[in-house]
Amino acid sequence: MLSRVADNLYWMSRYLERAEHTARLVDVHLNLSLDQSRKMPAALRWQRLLETLHLPVPETGIRDDYHGTQIVAFDAKHPNSIVNAVTAARENARQVREKISSEMWLQLNTLYLDVRRTTFDSIWNQQPHEFFQAIKTGAHLFQGITDSTMAHDEGWYFIQFGRSLERALAIANMLDDQLRVLELSEREQTPETDDYFEWLGLLKFFTAFEAYCKVYTADLRPRRVAEFLLFNPTFPHSLRFCVEMMTSALQSISEATNMSRNSRVHRQAGRLRSALSFDSIDDVITRGTHPYLQDIQRQCMQIHDAAYENFITYPVESALP
Amino acid sequence: MTTNDPQPTVRTIEPFDKYILDDAYDEMFERSGRARPHYEALYQRILDMTGEELEQRQQAADLSFLHQGITFTVYGRTEGTERIFPYDLLPRIITNSEWSTIESGLAQRITALNLFLQDIYHDQRILKDKRVPPELIFTSHHFRREMRGVRVPRDLYVSVCGTDLIRLPSGEFVVLEDNLRVPSGVSYMLANRQVTKHVFPRLFGHHGVRPVENYGRALLSTLQHLAPPHSPDPTIVVLTPGVFNSAYFEHAFLARQMGIELVEGRDLLVHQNVVYMRTTAGLRRVDVIYRRLDDDFIDPLVFRPDSMLGVPGLFNAYRAGNVALVNAIGTGVADDKAFYYYVPQIIRYYLGEEPIINNVETYILTDEKQRKHVLANLDQLVVKAVGESGGYGMLIGPHSTLDQRDEFRRRIIANPRNYIAQPTLALSRAPCFVNGDVEARHVDLRPYILYGDSVQIIPGGLTRVALQRGSLVVNSSQGGGSKDTWVLYE
Repeated sequence: MLSRVADNLYWMSRYLERAEHTARLVDVHLNLSLDQSRKMPAALRWQRLLETLHLPVPETGIRDDYHGTQIVAFDAKHPNSIVNAVTAARENARQVREKISSEMWLQLNTLYLDVRRTTFDSIWNQQPHEFFQAIKTGAHLFQGITDSTMAHDEGWYFIQFGRSLERALAIANMLDDQLRVLELSEREQTPETDDYFEWLGLLKFFTAFEAYCKVYTADLRPRRVAEFLLFNPTFPHSLRFCVEMMTSALQSISEATNMSRNSRVHRQAGRLRSALSFDSIDDVITRGTHPYLQDIQRQCMQIHDAAYENFITYPVESALP
Repeated sequence: MTTNDPQPTVRTIEPFDKYILDDAYDEMFERSGRARPHYEALYQRILDMTGEELEQRQQAADLSFLHQGITFTVYGRTEGTERIFPYDLLPRIITNSEWSTIESGLAQRITALNLFLQDIYHDQRILKDKRVPPELIFTSHHFRREMRGVRVPRDLYVSVCGTDLIRLPSGEFVVLEDNLRVPSGVSYMLANRQVTKHVFPRLFGHHGVRPVENYGRALLSTLQHLAPPHSPDPTIVVLTPGVFNSAYFEHAFLARQMGIELVEGRDLLVHQNVVYMRTTAGLRRVDVIYRRLDDDFIDPLVFRPDSMLGVPGLFNAYRAGNVALVNAIGTGVADDKAFYYYVPQIIRYYLGEEPIINNVETYILTDEKQRKHVLANLDQLVVKAVGESGGYGMLIGPHSTLDQRDEFRRRIIANPRNYIAQPTLALSRAPCFVNGDVEARHVDLRPYILYGDSVQIIPGGLTRVALQRGSLVVNSSQGGGSKDTWVLYE
């Protein structure tokens, strides 16, 4: 497969995942703000949310929900707003139209046209929730269509690689932000009502509340919540799950390209995978949640760089047949 | 209409009540107003439908194009640069006997043009025999000195060709121009067919229409035929200028139809005169390039040095015989609009045959007598710049202003080699669905010709439509549209 095509598939997937993640976060955020305590001012919550999404916070701050939502959903200047992420995903897909199935293109192009057709005021005046729901459903539909209409070969694995890496980064980043405010203690406690809603929000950001309840019941304990989001082996929005997916996608890509397993990208992915398989929540607390999660984000970036060096931007001399 | 109705009153029946016959040949109706036999079934079908039904189908078709992203890019606009190519609902129908003439005429033409290109880049017999003025060749922007003496695979220069035909009031098809460099539009031929089958399944089924869907396979086998001898299992790619090119959709579409890689210049590199593409599994050798990039941009080391789209070193690899380029470099010398005038003579010279399809009468402006005549009659003629395409750089006399004519007069006198003139032709007209009515619009026809092992012409082509009432310009960049073209078995 052409290196450029791998690059486009990878970024198509990352941008769509980003759009979905952003839509989910804002949707949950708007919903929770109805219940959450007033301890933390709404403007500050918005500021934190924008920062975790790598969106610029205006110097004058966020005035209200309207203002915050507008930036996240429709800021034309910033690549991470929902509109721009969907556009970037679609633009990447457009460059490799002959590599994805017609059904995939149809879905992504339809999503793009729908998003481009709407104005922010029309969304706000109707039901913002429906707009975010449409983005999420659109992205899920695209993934489902991808799984059932595209050959599960190298290109598909680059899509998986992009999606899992983007998601791992987003989870690590979001957890890092939240755990700086809601500190974890050595011993397990039951949170106060105010804090309860914060932990509930954290789970909901990752659509993890129901999954968590099935394992631990609705009894929310901070250590369990963190452990669940970091180390649960079966939940698709846990960090460990994403890294497993990333590692196996990389392995399949290597098989397809006859690449030696000992390369740097595999060492790095394997190292991260084993850390997440064997670390416990106590290890995280001992090392400090912030350094631990920062380190995971750094490792993800290194995996990205190594994969690019291996498959996409390699020097010519090293690759002559 | 019923067959025992002799009056041309058909055109007062909804949705034909705005349909007017004039001097131009009408594809659907005879002069009497009666539908031609091969159009009868379509005509009846339209009469059976209400305007709303037609409108619904038109909308379904438009949506299908938009959602499939079958679009082209309009240059010179920043916003909304991606547009769907307007599709007209009503197919254009060509009988088998009309098609046979077209087919043999086009085969004759491409054979002669290839012989000419082989000659002009080697022995130049035709110049020595004074059948074509040498200055016409040597002043052509598309004549590539670099190609002198270069052997191209199978001595074939033009393997992919799209020739524009128009139909005169007499019903005769004539050639308007040859497109021997990178003809486009074949994807619309295929997409139009696909949509028409969705919109009019039964009508299509009853007609006995020859299929066009094998174009991709035919193109692939043409390209395989041209592979250099070193590669029994050649790697073939489509080279596109990239996603911002107006025909990008088509490049991607064709690569997919053939199951081969679509590459950009930046995907390729040349190492010791061998072309490679950069893949995730390392570099892979490339044997045949179906390039959708003009000569000028193909190799910045040999042609335009500012080109970011090409591949440095590609021309040397080509000259060394390590890679085939399709079409060959330098074919544009034979579709120069001034050279067009000489094509009938070329057919006689190389094949010893009379042209099966005629040219449009053309005035060469370097000839003083012809130039005088043209300058005196600018208001009645069409003047075209020889190097332009896409309907740019054109004066349509009867529709022009005095200022425009003065401007062209100055330009012709300054550089007569750069222009030709032709009579203003009444292109034939076909029924089109426009704003809720069926109206007559001018059309042309671009069939697609492949020349590998032998000449192969896909039965059909792109019928382009001048959607504005009275307009003669069918180019997509100038508000043209297209419709499906049915060539019948019978």
